[in-house]
Amino acid sequence: MAKFSDDILAKVQEIISHYPEGKQKSALLPVLHVAQDASGGWLSSDTMDYVAELLQIKPIEVYEVATFYSMYNLKPVGRYMFEVCQTGPCMLRGCDDIIAYIGQKLGIKPGETTADGLFTLKTVECLGACGYAPMMQLGKTYREHLTKEKVDSIIDECRKNAAVNN
Amino acid sequence: MTFDFSNMGVKLLLEKAHVEGIRRFEVYRREGGYNTAEKAIKTMGPEAIVEEVKKSGLRGRGGAGFPAGMKWSFLAKPDGVPRHLVCNADESEPGTFKDRYLMEFLPHLFIEGLLISSFALGSNATYIYIRGEYAWIAEILETAIAEARSQGFLGKNILGSGFDCEIYVHRGAGAYICGEETALIESLEGKRGNPRIKPPFPAIQGVWMRPTVVNNVETIAAVVPIINMGGEEYAKIGVGKSTGTKLMSACGNINKPGVYEIDMTISVEEFIFSDEYCGGIANGKRLKACIPGGSSVPILPANLLLKTAKGETRYMNYESLSDGGFATGSMMGSGGFIVLDEDQCVVKNTLTFARFYRHESCGQCSPCREGTGWMEKILKNIEYGNGKMSDIDLLWDIQRKIEGNTICPLGDAAAWPVAAAIRHFRDEFEWHVLNPDESQKRNYGLAHYADPVHVPVG
Repeated sequence: MAKFSDDILAKVQEIISHYPEGKQKSALLPVLHVAQDASGGWLSSDTMDYVAELLQIKPIEVYEVATFYSMYNLKPVGRYMFEVCQTGPCMLRGCDDIIAYIGQKLGIKPGETTADGLFTLKTVECLGACGYAPMMQLGKTYREHLTKEKVDSIIDECRKNAAVNN
Repeated sequence: MTFDFSNMGVKLLLEKAHVEGIRRFEVYRREGGYNTAEKAIKTMGPEAIVEEVKKSGLRGRGGAGFPAGMKWSFLAKPDGVPRHLVCNADESEPGTFKDRYLMEFLPHLFIEGLLISSFALGSNATYIYIRGEYAWIAEILETAIAEARSQGFLGKNILGSGFDCEIYVHRGAGAYICGEETALIESLEGKRGNPRIKPPFPAIQGVWMRPTVVNNVETIAAVVPIINMGGEEYAKIGVGKSTGTKLMSACGNINKPGVYEIDMTISVEEFIFSDEYCGGIANGKRLKACIPGGSSVPILPANLLLKTAKGETRYMNYESLSDGGFATGSMMGSGGFIVLDEDQCVVKNTLTFARFYRHESCGQCSPCREGTGWMEKILKNIEYGNGKMSDIDLLWDIQRKIEGNTICPLGDAAAWPVAAAIRHFRDEFEWHVLNPDESQKRNYGLAHYADPVHVPVG
């Protein structure tokens, strides 16, 4: 069973303290974010069971939430996940070309991860950056006004980053 | 203090957005920030604040446009039961990115609005439910909250008033439906975002079955200028029931996409073509269509967008944008202003919206769960040259069967864009069906969509 470090456990307790006594289930979404960050970017059933134990709720209560929200990954993902928006406003500004270009450059289709485990390409629905389209989410940041050149430099940046922090 | 309303560009929210360092407490304070909170807490009671908000005519800025002061006055106050203010920062309606701008660049204006509103409603624990993807903004807000707390504007006994207030940031995790207030409450309780059947309304039984007010970010921020200048003065800005200023997030094929604060007296034409706002259509193209209030409101062709069916100028306010009802008008919605140029395909655009709503349907109600999937499939067939003429009527039939038949408004939100696209652009859909090969190589173009509308005499 997964175990969090003391720092992470303290963070979990701090989150739980935001909600009234006995309503610790309310901490579930924020705690799942913490758990996912601490577990290589995805939630295994072991991790979810552990979260259930921390919040004193049933494992099924965690599963039904984890399967509902799009930000929780239930399978391993690449170290860098390119989540490219494909909804109307981004489509109007050429996101289809950007998605195709990333796919071609990395040799993967949306939903796939590169063989080296570095990159996952995912198409997503509106992320609230319509005025800065086309765009993608990369970790905790948005990369906006995407062009092919920008995509090239983001991929390079990720590769360099991975080499340094290996 | 005096106000000059003759200046068209009145800014009540974004005036200080470009002041260097305004994100930090000391700069915001130096610029007069938190003076309004001091005024409210030290010299006004909760009832007086609610009264000013009522007088201001402020309408909820999330999309529905319900009068904010009235919503506040519905809040139940049973003895011994805590009440909560929950701020809806789940901004997810395609085309909408205004709350993000406000929170990212003016976090303290937002916190000040939350503090005044919490005081007015008696909320000792206030929650900001922010969409999970805005992770860096959640951090900005947490920093601002910590600063305000260390300066005595949050925490225990604020400004010696005896009022305690904590604000907590709660990140969602990717679900458009959580912008619906009862789904948001479910999500805040750590559950799937399934909307509740109303009544009971959140004002009676909201989060943890306690009385709850859910307000949009922009609504909360607007409370600061309202209390600062007084509700009556605020109501003098704008026109009719469209009082105050409104943030518009403009995107699509325009020269200057971005967030603009307007007083609701300018025309749609001015908003699109003047350099102060959208700066005209990009790349010298012509305007074909526009969705003026976020993806769920009806799309209008250029001719009906700039002028109403009666031939009158259309303005950027609640009443004028909806002039003509759904037959020839649209809605202000969330202020997500999406512009399509002459090279854009309305079928494709509608398909992306249908896909969006299929993806975001929570699955509780069958008309929405099944209908959104069918609409996406049929639109995909038409878009990619496999459509039949009868598909257009079938689409119309499906959207009619979704509208009004679901627990929450997501069903309507999914139905309306399809209905309006067929209503106004039926010949573009037919052209796709009749020209399956050609439609894969080129778009239908501007056609007659910018031609003057025939105005019946008398």
